[in-house]
Amino acid sequence: MNLALRIRSELEKAVRILPPDCESLIRKAYEKEVSPYGRTVLKNIILNIDKARASSVPLCQDCGMFWCLVRLPAGRCVDVSMIEKAVNEGALAAAESAFYRRSVVAEPVFSRQNTNTNLPVVIHWEMNTSDELEIDFLLKGFGSENCSQVRMLRPTDGEDGVIDAVVDMVSQAGGKPCPPMFLGVGIGGTMDKAALLSKKALLRQAGKSHPDERYAGLEKELFRRINALDIGPGGLGGVFSCLSVAIETFPTHIAGLPVALSVNCWADRKAHIAIRGDEL
Amino acid sequence: MKELRLPYDEDALLSLEAGDEVLLYGKLYVGRDQVHKRLAEAIAKGEKLPFSFTGQGIYYMGPSPAPEGCVIGAAGPTTSARMDPYSPLLIERGLRLMVGKGPRSAEVSEACRKWHAVYLYAYGGCGALYSQCILSSRVVAFPELGPEALLELTVDSFPAFCMIDASGRHFEKARDIPFDACFSL
Repeated sequence: MNLALRIRSELEKAVRILPPDCESLIRKAYEKEVSPYGRTVLKNIILNIDKARASSVPLCQDCGMFWCLVRLPAGRCVDVSMIEKAVNEGALAAAESAFYRRSVVAEPVFSRQNTNTNLPVVIHWEMNTSDELEIDFLLKGFGSENCSQVRMLRPTDGEDGVIDAVVDMVSQAGGKPCPPMFLGVGIGGTMDKAALLSKKALLRQAGKSHPDERYAGLEKELFRRINALDIGPGGLGGVFSCLSVAIETFPTHIAGLPVALSVNCWADRKAHIAIRGDEL
Repeated sequence: MKELRLPYDEDALLSLEAGDEVLLYGKLYVGRDQVHKRLAEAIAKGEKLPFSFTGQGIYYMGPSPAPEGCVIGAAGPTTSARMDPYSPLLIERGLRLMVGKGPRSAEVSEACRKWHAVYLYAYGGCGALYSQCILSSRVVAFPELGPEALLELTVDSFPAFCMIDASGRHFEKARDIPFDACFSL
């Protein structure tokens, strides 16, 4: 198995073709949207999805920054540096062959010189619970990423505090991140852990609820409150400001309640690669 | 559906009303963050600008590379809010047409009202759709900015929506939306 080639092929596809879970929510929203402006936006989005699939042009010119979570197989010895190399090689090759825009600058404040490669990839590592090697990518566009935020709530703020914070963050985002949005919410841990959880939440199949019914209820309530904001598709008003809300949690400190929001635009581009332990 | 030919004539621009769907035809300039910064610096230093604002609009966009056989790659709008700090100055200097995605600041709305400028919303994320509305593309200035260079496009049936019209009026969202009808998808 050539891991870099496998990654390349998934990333070539991801920049033009939405995962089926995301596309099906967009099409459902078009059927249900009642605002005429919102419907016009969704109609153009669907037209765009069809055109990108039938051509070699990406869905969106902002092909994003490569974000990657590698889950290492439990109980197996793997060469981590080989995986890191394959991730970067695969991403570089896909950026070339699938006509990604070069959107990464080498240094953030002074020269902002373009790397012309879309590298480096932002890579996070963790242990998997199974013996599979799993690699997930987000093509993280920055119109939406600029609307992502972390807030440190009081430990006593509870469910209402979380709802108010998330709804306020989405309200600040408004029409900027290309709604209807896909939202990832990370709750708990430390400031950085909450941020990472919010990205991980975006990896879950869109529309699928949290296994804990309390958090599933919280996702539902956030979905309802956010869609009552009347941001609507494209920010032109309507029912669908977001298409899914997914929450991930982690234990936290007695003194805190970190809440992070990762915003994805409607073009919720992802790639998933899983390799069984015995194939490694 | 209205049509706007570019370069525009004054009356055609003034006839656009907030809430109109518009198709653009003709020449459209392209600039985003770094181009705006440089235009503002050039104005501050009294230097000549790389193109005249008269009759011309700016589209906030940075394309992806053109695949073989295509004029341009994905070419949808970027977030207009990042251009907000620069737009009132450009409007004061003659810019009357902006195309991008998302909301504008109160200062930009006010500048539109005062100088009779128009802000058109282009459909966010629809890079492949816009790619097919572009007949030609050439770099006019700042090639070193790569995907952020100042471009001149020829566009055809380029779909947009009038968000702020020349009287400074903002489009109004549809009323009576039954939000409670959609608890889930």
